[in-house]
Amino acid sequence: MKRIFLFLFSITTFTLAANAQSAQYTEAMEKQVAAIDKNASSEELTQAGNTFERIAEVEKTQWLPYYYAAYCKVMQALSAKGNTIDALADQAEQHAEKAEALSKNNSEIAVIRSLIATARINVDPMARGRKYGPISSGFLEAAKKYNADNPRIYMLEGQSLYYTPEQFGGSKVRAKEKFELSLKKFSTFRPESSIAPHWGEEYTKKLLSSIGN
Amino acid sequence: MSPKSLYLLCLMVLPILAQAQTKISGKVTDAKKQPLPGVNIYIKGTYDGTTTTADGSYSFSSTAKGEQLLSASLMGYKTLEQTVNLSGAAIVLNINLKETMNELKMVTISAGSFEASDEKKNTILKSLDIVTTGGANADIVAALKTLPGAQQVGDKEGLFVRGGTGYETQTFIDGMMVRNPFYSGMPNFAARGRFSPFLFKGTSFSSGGYSAQYGQGMSSALVLETNDLPTRSSASIGIMTIGANVGLEQLSKDKKSSFTLEADYTNLTPYFKVFKTLQQPTTYPEIAGGSLVYRRKTSKTGMLKAYVYGNWSRFGYQGKSLEYQGDEELFELKNYNIYSNLTYHENLGKGWKINTGISYSTNKDRIHLDTIVKAAEANVRTRSDLSQARVVLTKSLGAFSLLRFGGEYQYAVEKTAYNQYHLDYTDNYGAGFVEADIYFSPKLVGRAGVRAEYTSLMEKTNLAPRVSMSYKLDDKGQVSLAYGEFYQKPEQQYLRSKHDLEYMHATHYIATYERRSTAYTLRTEVFYKKYHDLVKTTPDINSNGTGYAKGAELFWRDKKTIKNADYWISYSFLDTKRDHLNYPYEVQPDFAAKHTASLVYKQYFSKITTNVGLTYSFATGRPYYNPNRPANEFMHDRTKTFNTVGLIANYLTTIGKAFTVFVVSVSNMAGQRQEYGYKYSSDGLRREAIRPMTPSFFFVGMFMSFGIDRRQEVIDNN
Repeated sequence: MKRIFLFLFSITTFTLAANAQSAQYTEAMEKQVAAIDKNASSEELTQAGNTFERIAEVEKTQWLPYYYAAYCKVMQALSAKGNTIDALADQAEQHAEKAEALSKNNSEIAVIRSLIATARINVDPMARGRKYGPISSGFLEAAKKYNADNPRIYMLEGQSLYYTPEQFGGSKVRAKEKFELSLKKFSTFRPESSIAPHWGEEYTKKLLSSIGN
Repeated sequence: MSPKSLYLLCLMVLPILAQAQTKISGKVTDAKKQPLPGVNIYIKGTYDGTTTTADGSYSFSSTAKGEQLLSASLMGYKTLEQTVNLSGAAIVLNINLKETMNELKMVTISAGSFEASDEKKNTILKSLDIVTTGGANADIVAALKTLPGAQQVGDKEGLFVRGGTGYETQTFIDGMMVRNPFYSGMPNFAARGRFSPFLFKGTSFSSGGYSAQYGQGMSSALVLETNDLPTRSSASIGIMTIGANVGLEQLSKDKKSSFTLEADYTNLTPYFKVFKTLQQPTTYPEIAGGSLVYRRKTSKTGMLKAYVYGNWSRFGYQGKSLEYQGDEELFELKNYNIYSNLTYHENLGKGWKINTGISYSTNKDRIHLDTIVKAAEANVRTRSDLSQARVVLTKSLGAFSLLRFGGEYQYAVEKTAYNQYHLDYTDNYGAGFVEADIYFSPKLVGRAGVRAEYTSLMEKTNLAPRVSMSYKLDDKGQVSLAYGEFYQKPEQQYLRSKHDLEYMHATHYIATYERRSTAYTLRTEVFYKKYHDLVKTTPDINSNGTGYAKGAELFWRDKKTIKNADYWISYSFLDTKRDHLNYPYEVQPDFAAKHTASLVYKQYFSKITTNVGLTYSFATGRPYYNPNRPANEFMHDRTKTFNTVGLIANYLTTIGKAFTVFVVSVSNMAGQRQEYGYKYSSDGLRREAIRPMTPSFFFVGMFMSFGIDRRQEVIDNN
């Protein structure tokens, strides 16, 4: 009797431990995602990025920790200057590649890789625009192929039109269309879980409102 | 509650109680004891960890027990892993992280070399700089003449570097020598380089002390690296005042291979009808050419490239004869040129890399002239064929150090005919080299190498040791030293008549100091060069020529001080004398100026998306030979100082769906009279200045590029 009981007991503890593990994952992820959802400073991005890296190393089958680690690095790269941009972009790229190995043909990862190329342009727009511009838009096209309802694709397309001078084909009018399309997609977009990618709506609204009518 | 259930409760609670936490804290610093913020510090295999704060300190707790690995990582530093024993007792652990050997922080071998590249970080020039340099007319060599070490020679092809002739600069494409890098021209008028700067992702101009992998350049090496796969398919069209070009670039669906087809046609008839030329064209200059490039990524690290270039050109001029008063002289030329190469590089694993290639080129000139002997006309036919193969193996010795060795073989056929007289020869040339780059520390690197060469024509071997080292003083500054022996076969025109000449030979000593940041570059270099065994033509062709060159150079580039502007200044002081060709003794040669300086200024006007480049170049007068002077005053006279201002404006826009660049370029804007020297009639009674065919050159062009892969349009993706 005792033996059976102990046996049952050990089984329950094991399952409990397993559940605890995934609860620990979700909880830790939720906390970090919340931290970067608000306008995170570069320091906060470093912290969150480090935490995502730690989680990624433990959860070897989850793509999201790598995805968010890449997100933190590319966001830092976008606001960095000079040579640090490439170093951060390299790190972001490594994380994005690992995420991709775990989740192929993923629209969200393609969006991140597009952003990484955009960040690299900033090092020297005159010399690099011709190379990384098409790479960046190529990833957005891929993202569209994997999931055309991803609102972040249109947000980035709009952003590129918004910041490109008119002489080079930029257009506030067409940027506005893209932002509106993005917001429409946001309104129907349901992230798969509390920790699935869901960023960008506020930013899109902000850029859209700056265009006015 | 029964005792049994109490016991059970204990069992269930115990594991939780047993998860007592261990607190770990401390501080992370670098080698100089400076705090490092942002370090990811954690127990491996757990979530437990934290990020160091601004003062480098950290503190976290872990539920793990027993022997665990603590990891501390930060971008740019070597990740540290250390065993810790987690027992519940607090641990205080201060950690020191070492910087990784990082390309940006590493010292690089830099004596004597200027690189233009988009790939490598921290190069002095970007590829784009070559086409936005005023007055350079998108000619690689013309743009490089604004760098220290190069002379402002406008009457002969090539880069005249540190007291060397244009022949002493050797051009390499993907490691392989190019026999005819310039269009065929006529005496006293320089021709442009054949290859468009847009073909190359990297250009490295070395004014001395370069690697043992390159040979047959006694003064300088111009190393060009061709582009990799394009990022998308595109079509391009260019319309210019002097011609047109079209291009098509197709990237395969799997993005692993690409085809590029290009064709161009240049005709100077309209231009020379409007602007007066020094001599009257009898055949207006015309050039037609095409090229084909195939690239294939054979694996993640492997790349195969094939390049074929074919070109035809002709021109003819008639001018007053200096020798026979009242007579006219004629020079007409037709040229056919083919250049091809096939290269392959791949990582072989275990730190081994291979770079290999084959190349074939042929160049044919048909020259018709009536200047040599009055009444009898002369036909000169020359043809040079060069086939070559090259293999280089590189073995990584860890931490950036490497060993490089390889060999090359060239088979050259040189044919020339003056009317019915022929002077032909063939040469088998073989070379081998071995060289090691050793990083003693991230701050100190040394390179030692040796190159051995043999030519069957001269039946001679040479052995050229080369050594250089660089030491990094701090974040931005570094000093470099270089020594090397450089050998080169005498020019074809002398080898033709006499085979058993010696290799011409130069010994280089170079010392460099440079400071570099993203905003500016300062570079100073002093050098001493000793020439041995130069070709002399008196009393007969021999190898008894001598010479030296010494000097100091300065380069300053600033991209920051003036908003949207970028400028560089270069200055070269050159003290050189040589006794070669028909010189009676060592004198300053006719291609060398004592002081040379350039100011290159570029400004981007973002509102009108226009980039304007202005270049001012200056050189003091060059010696010329006046036969009316006594023998002890050979090369005594000096030309006037050389001044020129060149302008280029690039207006960037889109027309329809095409990215379009409008280019306006003017060389020698102010129309200053340029004299490169004087030539005299053989009786010394008449003379004529050597000047460019037109004092200035205007160029207007429109270049459109269409992305033909709709899915990848940057902007027009509606």
